[in-house]
Amino acid sequence: MHGRLARRLVGSTMTGLTYGAAALAILPLAVILAMLLVKGTGSIDWNFFTKAAVPFGEKGGGFSHAIVGTLIVVGLACAVGVPIGVATGIFLAEFGGGRLGFTVRFVADVLNGVPSIVIGIFAWTWLVKPMGHFSALAGGCALGMILVPILARTTEEMVRLVPNSLREAALALGYPRWRTSLVVVVRTAAAGIVTGCLVAVARVAGETAPLLFTALGNQYFSTRLAGPMAALPLQIYVYALGPYDEWHRQAWAGALVLIVLVLALSLFARAVIRAKRQHA
Amino acid sequence: MTPPPAQPAPASPAAAPATVPRLATEGLTAWYGTSTGVRDVTLACRENTVTALIGPSGCGKSTLLRSLNRMHELVPGTRIGGRVLLDGYDIYEPGVNPVQVRRRIGMVFQRPTPFPTMSIAENVAAGLAVGQRVSRGERAEIIEHALRRAALWDEVKDRLGDSPLDLSGGQQQRLCVARTVAPEPEVILLDEPTASLDPAGTAHIEELVQELKREFTVVIVTHNMQQAARVSDVTAFFYLGELIEVGPTTRMFTAPTKPQTEAYITGRFG
Repeated sequence: MHGRLARRLVGSTMTGLTYGAAALAILPLAVILAMLLVKGTGSIDWNFFTKAAVPFGEKGGGFSHAIVGTLIVVGLACAVGVPIGVATGIFLAEFGGGRLGFTVRFVADVLNGVPSIVIGIFAWTWLVKPMGHFSALAGGCALGMILVPILARTTEEMVRLVPNSLREAALALGYPRWRTSLVVVVRTAAAGIVTGCLVAVARVAGETAPLLFTALGNQYFSTRLAGPMAALPLQIYVYALGPYDEWHRQAWAGALVLIVLVLALSLFARAVIRAKRQHA
Repeated sequence: MTPPPAQPAPASPAAAPATVPRLATEGLTAWYGTSTGVRDVTLACRENTVTALIGPSGCGKSTLLRSLNRMHELVPGTRIGGRVLLDGYDIYEPGVNPVQVRRRIGMVFQRPTPFPTMSIAENVAAGLAVGQRVSRGERAEIIEHALRRAALWDEVKDRLGDSPLDLSGGQQQRLCVARTVAPEPEVILLDEPTASLDPAGTAHIEELVQELKREFTVVIVTHNMQQAARVSDVTAFFYLGELIEVGPTTRMFTAPTKPQTEAYITGRFG
């Protein structure tokens, strides 16, 4: 019948279009990964992880200072951003019904939209300038400032998912409000909160702009928190723009390492969710 | 907790000796904003009895139940008028800590709500964490005693460390009962406890209620009249927020005095 064939055709075409759109969405990630693997794998060697930068153009250098630097700066960001962000999220979910909650939520949403370079300039004004020098601490704080509004909103969503019947059950047992929030609600939402943290950390690990004016980057291996520190995104930036082929090779390798780090964190976060869902 | 009562609460209509009932209300009214959930309810629950609150949907029986352990006020915009007397002391008197009240009056809800991140044993002991300190040995004993009273011990004694989510709905509800009785409250409130259970689970809970009344005072809200007839000693019928009639269960179901009671019991509405 004519009508039925036409309907089937339209249905199949539409389904095909949605599949096509999905493929287009995945395509950039696939291409990026493929490109990094092709260009970067050849430059990954033992030196890459163990040696810091060597004089311009010479061979044998590595990114150890940048890798360690990223770990330190991101670690500082977590120390600053995770407690404040998660606590704010819990506040918003448990006690955030009134005007204060509305204001905090609004401010967090606005901050989530602020470009990261602006956060970097803000950190420069309030941390670098008074201190008189660039520092890993300032870089960590800048990244932490990016973490706080993200974590506040994701934590709030996760805590809200805890059914009200659990809160009532705890209150009916004679738990005071604070204990209900901390022990019952947060414990139940913990896996979701951790996942939110992992995804947010994966994101800030790759931020370059805020570090430009705060951690600045460093050619030498350093673990001094009060001094400038190298970081993977910064080092990639400098090396990619430089004139030496050796630098370009290492920039590709650095990009590969960075994306592997981000992927690993994201996959770990999904594994945590899946483990929790199976248990439930 | 509070100063001694001014006078003992009135005796029940069953012509028993004039002792203070375990739980009683005097002129209790509960508001949601400007509308009333229940109006001017005066009811007495004697010790070691089961009182059933019955009535059609929206009649205020759950509102009344939640007023008995100060859960009603947790909803914003609510208000309570009148008195609720636990052993003669008004639990709504200013200065009374509602958290303390809820430790003496326990509640089991319609849906089983085990804490998902705690094991079965930890769930049962959850109420102990906010009471007096107990030693490890005592804790284990209390857990076993509570599970036995909830008729769940034999089924879970070998898997106390497992997740409560592995249990069936009926078992989870019995776990919630065990969790409620473990801290030894004086009164247990049950809000339609078998509404989400199958007939087997329902039968277990109903047997449990008969056992529980030996140690506690029980108030149960149920929309199932047959259940009220099976498990309770005293039945109170509510309609549109008012207490229409209260009396011994057998009399309520065989010779009710008010016409609305008779209409509800014979199934003409609700």
